[in-house]
Amino acid sequence: MAVKGTVVIDKERCKGCGVCVVACPKSVLALAKNVNGKGYNYSEAIIDECIGCASCAMVCPDGVITVYKEKK
Amino acid sequence: MFNQDIVKPENLVYKKTDVLTDKIMHYCPGCGHGTTHRIIAEVIEEMGIQDKAICIAPVGCSVLAYNYFEVDSLGAAHGRAPALATAIQRLNPDHHTFTYQGDGDLAAIGTAETIHACNRGENIVIIFINNGIYGMTGGQMAPTTLIGMQTATSPYGRTVELNGYPLQITELLAQLPGTYFVTRQSVHTSAAVRKAKKAVRQAFENQKNKKGTSFVEVVSNCNSGWKMTAPKANEWMVENMFVKYPIGDIKVDGEIVQK
Ligand SMILES: Cc1ncc(C[n+]2csc(CCOP(=O)(O)OP(=O)(O)O)c2C)c(N)n1
Ligand code: SF4
Ligand code: SF4
Ligand code: SF4
Repeated sequence: MAVKGTVVIDKERCKGCGVCVVACPKSVLALAKNVNGKGYNYSEAIIDECIGCASCAMVCPDGVITVYKEKK
Repeated sequence: MFNQDIVKPENLVYKKTDVLTDKIMHYCPGCGHGTTHRIIAEVIEEMGIQDKAICIAPVGCSVLAYNYFEVDSLGAAHGRAPALATAIQRLNPDHHTFTYQGDGDLAAIGTAETIHACNRGENIVIIFINNGIYGMTGGQMAPTTLIGMQTATSPYGRTVELNGYPLQITELLAQLPGTYFVTRQSVHTSAAVRKAKKAVRQAFENQKNKKGTSFVEVVSNCNSGWKMTAPKANEWMVENMFVKYPIGDIKVDGEIVQK
């Protein structure tokens, strides 16, 4: 059964550190070309492969990422 | 955003705990201080001890920790957090007093307070962030700085001749009869975060059972002090810091773990 997940990233709180990008086993995340109000290249999902594992949220120092998961 | 349709309360897997305030932390991007704050707050939430937890903030980058933990907090003079925690916990024995200290705070200026609180077996939890450097003041050498490591005060790299050996204070503290649980963790991967959180939980459970001092070291990064990006700093930490400061339990249930 395929697992469908998604992340909600509070981009104004994101500091663009990139540790979530490295942590994602599915290479879902990347730092945006655009910047947020503080000038950071915030993290965003670039492909529809999220499995809702929360690895990204676990390593985010700023508690920016909320994770949802649904079984298809 | 992908899969917006599944953003519903029943599908929620992870969100920031309310035991952390909504203030944006002042820490540098990717700094392990934030991650460590989060797991402590999550443990406090899961154990239902928010109204009994008392944070003793140090001097160092985490001097403002009380802005982020939604619990009663006090700021100690540099290095004196274990002494302050001693008083607070003795006066409130059913509470959960914990200190949160960097390596400059805990292992340099506060060495005496740290050792004596641990030797007395005070029923406190000590969280020790070891990033091998004085982060707040601009990256000076700490007792934990590695041999060869360049800092503002060891620009050619630390040497034994000039600066002595890196201090493994955690192994030292494990020798004292007052420490009940001594462990070394990290928060650079999701697996490491889960283990570190279990260790913090164990520490607070020990305190609930009045077992004496529980000491959790978190080997962490200082991207600014080390002058690296956060992912690079984490790699450097694994390759260098973990050699001198190996991850794992050092003392469990009052017994040294035989390796
Ligand atoms: C009595 C006193 N001496 C020195 C200082 C300067 N000082 C502030 S923070 C610090 C060291 C902090 O390093 P560490 O404990 O490793 O924490 P980090 O900033 O790396 O998290 C020092 C020496 C001070 N504030 N008070
Ligand atoms: S929840 Fe897992 S799969 Fe989804 S973005 Fe985060 S790390 Fe990647
Ligand atoms: S780990 Fe957090 S702060 Fe860092 S880039 Fe990812 S979402 Fe942003
Ligand atoms: S100076 Fe170092 S320890 Fe302090 S917040 Fe920045 S990265 Fe973290």
